Amino acid sequence: MYNTTQTNRRSFIKKMAVLSAMTAAASMFPGIIFAEEQEAGVPKGANLDWKKAPCRFCGVGCGVLIGTEEGKAIAVKGDPKSPVNKGLCCVKGYHSIMALYGKDRLTKPLIKKNGQYVTVSMKEALDLIASKMKETIKDHGKDAVSIYGSGQWTIPDGYVASKLFKGCIGTNNVEANARLCMATAVTGFLTSFGLDEPMGCYEDIDYADTFFLWGNNMAEMHPVLFSRLLDQRLKRGAKIIDFATRTTRTSMAADRSIIFNPQSDLAVGNAICYEIIHNGWMNSAFIEEHCNFSKGLTNMGYGLEDNYKFKDKPEKINFEAYKKFLEDYNPEKASQISGVSVTDIKYMAAQYGDPNKKVMSFWCMGPNQHSRGTWMNNIIYNIHLLTGKISEPGNSPFSLTGQPSACGTVREVGTLTHKLPHGVVMNKKHREFAAKIWDVPVENIDPKPTYHTVEMFRALDRGDIRFMWIQVTNPMVTIPKLKRYRDGAKKEGRFIVVSDIYPTPTTDIADVILPSAMWIEREGMYGNSERRTQYFEQMLEPPGEAMSDTWQLIEVAKRLGYEKQFYYKKETHIEEIYNEYRKHHVGKKHNMAPLEVLKSQSGAMWPYVDGKSTQWRFNSKYDPACSNGKDFHFYGKPDGKAVIWQRPYEPAAEEPDQEYPYWLGTGRVVEHWHTGSMTRRIPVLHQAMPHGYVELNPGDAKRLQIKTGDTVKLTTRRGEIILPASVDQRGVPAPMQVFVPFFDENMLINDITLDSFCPISKEPDYKKCAVKVEKA
Amino acid sequence: MPIKSYLAHPQQGMKDELIDALSKHNQCQVIPAENKEILILVTDTDDTQEEELLKEKIESISSLKLLAMVAGFNTPKN
Repeated sequence: MYNTTQTNRRSFIKKMAVLSAMTAAASMFPGIIFAEEQEAGVPKGANLDWKKAPCRFCGVGCGVLIGTEEGKAIAVKGDPKSPVNKGLCCVKGYHSIMALYGKDRLTKPLIKKNGQYVTVSMKEALDLIASKMKETIKDHGKDAVSIYGSGQWTIPDGYVASKLFKGCIGTNNVEANARLCMATAVTGFLTSFGLDEPMGCYEDIDYADTFFLWGNNMAEMHPVLFSRLLDQRLKRGAKIIDFATRTTRTSMAADRSIIFNPQSDLAVGNAICYEIIHNGWMNSAFIEEHCNFSKGLTNMGYGLEDNYKFKDKPEKINFEAYKKFLEDYNPEKASQISGVSVTDIKYMAAQYGDPNKKVMSFWCMGPNQHSRGTWMNNIIYNIHLLTGKISEPGNSPFSLTGQPSACGTVREVGTLTHKLPHGVVMNKKHREFAAKIWDVPVENIDPKPTYHTVEMFRALDRGDIRFMWIQVTNPMVTIPKLKRYRDGAKKEGRFIVVSDIYPTPTTDIADVILPSAMWIEREGMYGNSERRTQYFEQMLEPPGEAMSDTWQLIEVAKRLGYEKQFYYKKETHIEEIYNEYRKHHVGKKHNMAPLEVLKSQSGAMWPYVDGKSTQWRFNSKYDPACSNGKDFHFYGKPDGKAVIWQRPYEPAAEEPDQEYPYWLGTGRVVEHWHTGSMTRRIPVLHQAMPHGYVELNPGDAKRLQIKTGDTVKLTTRRGEIILPASVDQRGVPAPMQVFVPFFDENMLINDITLDSFCPISKEPDYKKCAVKVEKA
Repeated sequence: MPIKSYLAHPQQGMKDELIDALSKHNQCQVIPAENKEILILVTDTDDTQEEELLKEKIESISSLKLLAMVAGFNTPKN
C-alpha cells in the first residue's frame, strides 16, 4: 500500500484558500496590499532589486516581481500593476524562483560516448550537433532533420528555430508541444473566423453574467483567473456552470455542476443550438449580417495509422439545412447520448439564450484534446454566433492556453509544420513575404507541410527522420502511446539533441544534452492567452555553461553556414530578433507593440495600433482593423463573415467494451506544472503532491474493494501500469471512469494511452480510451 | 475537513476590533489588508458541524459588517 505524504497537504490547501481570497480582494480593491502574506518569503533586511516578468508557468501570464540580491533570485510576488493578476499569484507562481535552484540543474553539455554521458565544452557539443545535422542532410535529405519545441519557448527561441529550419535548411519539420494542447484551438479559430486566438480578453470577466466552463477545471489549472470569476460572483452575482466529465474543485465551487459522458459534449452543444433556434433566442439580424453556414466531411477516422491524411471539404449550406441537421440533437436525443438530463440541457441553453445575460465560455484541454476537437470548438462558437454574443465586453468565447507562450511563440511565430510567422507555407505570397524578411531565396521554403507531432515521432520510429532537436519540453512523458515512440527514438541511426534545465526521461534518450538558461537567466518574451506579449529582462547569470535556447540555435546556424541570416550580436540579439519578427505582423490586424512599450508596461495586446492594445477584435467600436462600415467585421474570412459549422456527434476512437470496460482520462493537478520537471524540484509542491495516482468513483471502488492508497492495475490495449488509488479525495470521476494525472515520470500513464487525434488539428485525445481496472 | 476562505468587511473604524475577535478562535487565520478596510479569514475545522458552529459565532461578532466566502475546500486531515 502506498503511504501518501499528506504532511503539507492541508497547509498547502490553506494557502490556496488564502490566495483565492487575495485574488478576489485585489479585483475589488486594485492596489490592495497584504504585506505580511505577500512578502512572507522575503528575508528581513534584504536589499532586493525588484524587476517585472511574466510568470514562467501557465498561459494566464500573471505579472510577477522578482527580488534579486547578489546575483540570486530571493523572492517573488505578484505585480500589482499587472492587469492580468492585479498583484496575485497562484501557489506555483509564488514558488516559481525555486525552480531555478534544483540540486540537479544541468550546467555542462553532455555527450553520449560508448553508452556513457561525458562532460564536454559547449563548443564541442555545438560543433557535434552542426556536423551531425550536415551529415544527416547529406545522407538522408533535408527532411530527415527536425526540431521539436515548445509553448515554453520564448518568442525569439521559436523565431530563430523556424527561420533556421524552414527558411535556411528548407524543411517544414518544425513542431512544438502546443500541438498536444492548443492545435485544436487554432483550427477551431481558423475554420470559424479565419484568424487565430481569442477575440476578447480577460476584462470580459468583469462584465459577464454567466461563466460557462466546458470541460475546464479552472480552479486547479488557472486558479488566478478562476478567483476573478469567484470575485464576480460575490460582487455581481455572476453564475458559474461547470460542464465536465468529472467532479473537481471547480465543480464544488460552481453554481451548477453538470456531468456528461465522454465525447458527448458534441451532442449537448448541438442541443443547445437546437434550443436557441427553437425558442427564438437567435439574434437573426447578427446572423444575417455576419454569418455563413457550412458543413464538412464526416466519419474522418482517428489518425491511428501511420501516414494518415485528412483534408476537410467545406461546403456552404443554408440556415434551413442547419436547422434540419439539429433535429437529431433535440434535448431528448442529446440526453440519451450524453447522460445529461433534458432539464439541464434546457437550463444551459437558456443561459446562452437569455438576451439580458452576457455569457463567457471558457475551455482548455477538454474540448481541445478531443478526437473531434475542432468540431467541438466550432460548436461553442456556433452558440455564441447564433446568439450574437461575441466580440463585445462580457460576451466572449474564450479558449485558454496551458503554457506561457503557446500563443506567443507557437501560434504567433508559427512553429508548426504548416505555419510561417505570417500565414502558411502552402501560400506562395506568404512564402515570398517570409523569405524577404528572412533574407533567403523563396525556393528555400518548402510549400508542403511534413509531419505534425505524433507523425513526427512515428517518422523517427520508422527512420524517415534521423535527427531531432528537442528544446524546452519533455515528450518522453507526454506523447501518447509512449512506449512505441520511446523505443523508436532509441533505435540505431537516430541522433537526438535535448536542451533542458534538468534531467528528464527525454534527456535519457539524448545523444547530446545541452544545459539551457531558464526564464530570467536570459532575456525574452512570452505571449499569453489574451494576446498579451510580455517582456522580461535577464536578471541572473545562468549556471555553468548553460545558454539560452535562442543562442544555442544561432550558434548552430552559424556553423551550418547561415551567418548572413543569423547576423545578430550577442549583446543585442533579442532586440534585433524581436524587431525583425515584428515585420511579419505589420498591419492593423496583428501589429505587435514596440519593444520599448513592452519594457515599460505589463505587456501589450496585439493588434497594437496607434499606441493602443486592441481588447475586442472584430468589433468596429474597439478594433481599428474593421473596415466594412458595419458594427462587426470578421475580417479573417474573405467575405468578412464568421462560419456556423454543421458538426455532428461521432463516437471516440476507442470506447469501453466488455474487455476494457472503463473510460481512462488524463490531466493535471494544481501543484505541478505539466510533467513536473520543475515543480517536482520545489520541495513544498513535491511534498504536497509526491506521486501520481488513479482516481476512482467511490461506487466502483467499493465494488472492486479498493481503498485510497491501495494499488490498482490499469490495463489498456497498449500495456499496463500500477498506481495508488485515490477514492473520494480531490476529484471524483463519474461511474465507470478513472482519471490519472500525467506529472509523475515514475508512473508514465502515457505508456498506455491511445495516439488517436483530431483529424483536422492533429491534436491527440488524451481524455478517452478504454481501460480495465483491477486491484493489484 | 472543511477549509474555507472569506473576505471579512469590518464595521466602519472597527478593523482592529474585528481582527482581535476573530483571532480568539483557534480555527481562524486572519490576514488583514495593510491599506484597505478588509481582511482575509481562513477557517480550518474538523467537520461541517464544527464549521457551521464557528460561522455562527463569527457572524455574531459586532465589529463584522459582512462576511463573503471566496473558496471552500473539503480535504482529508493530515
